[in-house]
Amino acid sequence: MSMRELSFAQALNEGMAQAMEADPRVFIMGEDIGVYGGAFGVTGELVHRFGELRVRDTPISELGGAGVAVGAAIAGARPIYEFQFSDFVSLAMEQIVNQAAKMRYMLGGKISVPVVFRMPCGSGTGAAAQHSQSLEAWFGHVPGLKVVEPSTPEDAKGMLLAALDDPDPVLIFEHKLLYKTKGHVPEAMYHTPLDKAVVRRAGKDATVAALGIMVQKCLDAAEILAGEGIDLEVIDLRCIRPIDAATLIESVKKTTRLACVYEAVKAFGIGAEVSALICESEAFDYLDAPIMRLGGTDSPIPYSPILEKAAVPQVEDIVAGLRSLVTKRF
Amino acid sequence: MLKAKTTKPENARPFYARHSKEQLRNALRRMWLIRRFEEVAEDSYVRGLTHGTMHLSIGQEASAVGICMDLTNSDYITSTHRGHGHCIGKGAEVKFMFAEFFGKEEGYCRGRGGSMHIADPATGNLGANGIVGGGLPLATGAALAIQQRKGQDVAVCFFGDGANNEGAFHESLNIAAVWKLPVIYVCENNQYGMSVSTERSTAVKDIATRAAAYNMPGVIVDGNAIADVNEAMMAAIELARNGGGPSLIECKTYRTRGHSRSDRNRYRTKEEIEDWKVKDPIPAFENELQKFGVFNLAEIEAVRAQVETEVAEGFAFAQSGTNPLPQSVLRDVYTVSGAA
Repeated sequence: MSMRELSFAQALNEGMAQAMEADPRVFIMGEDIGVYGGAFGVTGELVHRFGELRVRDTPISELGGAGVAVGAAIAGARPIYEFQFSDFVSLAMEQIVNQAAKMRYMLGGKISVPVVFRMPCGSGTGAAAQHSQSLEAWFGHVPGLKVVEPSTPEDAKGMLLAALDDPDPVLIFEHKLLYKTKGHVPEAMYHTPLDKAVVRRAGKDATVAALGIMVQKCLDAAEILAGEGIDLEVIDLRCIRPIDAATLIESVKKTTRLACVYEAVKAFGIGAEVSALICESEAFDYLDAPIMRLGGTDSPIPYSPILEKAAVPQVEDIVAGLRSLVTKRF
Repeated sequence: MLKAKTTKPENARPFYARHSKEQLRNALRRMWLIRRFEEVAEDSYVRGLTHGTMHLSIGQEASAVGICMDLTNSDYITSTHRGHGHCIGKGAEVKFMFAEFFGKEEGYCRGRGGSMHIADPATGNLGANGIVGGGLPLATGAALAIQQRKGQDVAVCFFGDGANNEGAFHESLNIAAVWKLPVIYVCENNQYGMSVSTERSTAVKDIATRAAAYNMPGVIVDGNAIADVNEAMMAAIELARNGGGPSLIECKTYRTRGHSRSDRNRYRTKEEIEDWKVKDPIPAFENELQKFGVFNLAEIEAVRAQVETEVAEGFAFAQSGTNPLPQSVLRDVYTVSGAA
């Protein structure tokens, strides 16, 4: 297989194009996704290839737009709805949480809701508090939804295609700073599972469960700590709902230590869920140190670049945290 | 454009001219089915046989049936919390509705939804909705799916006066108009959003006037006159099926029961309720049918008797239904069981 490289954004674009080519039911809707090409360029030139009916610019109406996508899904279409910024999902929560997530259950299994929401998230662009959040954990709390967050271009395409073939509503969180990162992406259509974490680096001294953009930061931290003789296992969580407990449990039993690293506000988040599921599992008895959470500060994302960096874990914070984790004992 | 239609005195009007005797009989049957289904359901609740809550549409049967009677099973509807009439209008069987009320596996939602979520995708009914305005984007989306596949079907969105002040109403109508979607918005204005009157909640006197803001036809009809409702609907269907885009029909009507089981009618007078009971849409339709010589009294009584049997049998069917197993609580959260 060739080692063709694409950016994360190009990988998503290719996935959408191949899906539209293969299935006439697939179409994309969202704000400024047509000739503008999307706020982050993900839809790019697709409107010129597939036309305005399949790459539909919507009015600035997130509740209506997301809800129309849900309605189209239950009536036989396969819509992809792009939120311009995932922060704007607050305007569309009703249709995602009360309608899309519950419809199948509420209606006794008579209907499926095959809609895909693309959710550009995260800080680091200087866009401040209303354009920089990481809200994936909100949706982890809602049965009926699937919530994923790829960290590589290969997974971005594979998860998008898996989501489009999935009968249930899937939210794909895409960290905006990852869009330009490059990596190997197979040319064919393929699925990346929507329920499996993956070990990105095997190690024996501690398990680091990371999400999205934090995966690379943790791998960078692990390289630095390897120089100090610390051998870390880095797990890319990839899926928030369902979360892959088995992979985490197996790793913690081996390493006996666990840190969870994520950009979202630390409290009431992914870290709490990961920590709780380990505490409730047979891996609890293997733990040699308290579980560590490294997450965003208890604040909105600030504007100043100095403060913005201070609000989310950076490589040096992760290095310091993990260095202390491997020496801690109960 | 916005003048209220009046009933013409002769049976040459389109409603009678374009429907067969059998279609008219079925329309009357469905109106009675809605009425008797709800009365029996209400009684069952009062006697403690069913739990939860329910929102009765007694008095609004003409709009449910007048809107749905010309739709096919591949046309969609979305409904509201006050949706029993829409379900029956679209062809649902009362035995499966009763079974849902009793929380039985035989129910339309296998006992997972209850009164507020009855759906029957086989007849194009995409479901009642517990969220005011929740169905507006969904029907609009169903219309988008029809347009995407270049279909001839239409999507019909029932909603109440309360929903017309939700953002979902305005966003949906705008999107439908911009994209010329084959969707028909049917506002059943029963004049109260729970306890608050439209005068106190809504800046315009007639909700149909809001259609002008979205560049679509807006029509006001007497929601208690099935012929008026249906004729407005026929025009809207024709427009939608021919690429003319969406319409808004406002059916002026009234619910003679309270909002839900907790309602003590503190916000309206007994006189007002009694005045509207006189405008009951079912006797009005029966009178017209007799006046125009469509049916004689014996034929009408036969319809009523048939409905009584259907309702009694449906109720008995539901009572003897199957209770869900507690361990089935996770079923249908996802399409592939155990998916998450």
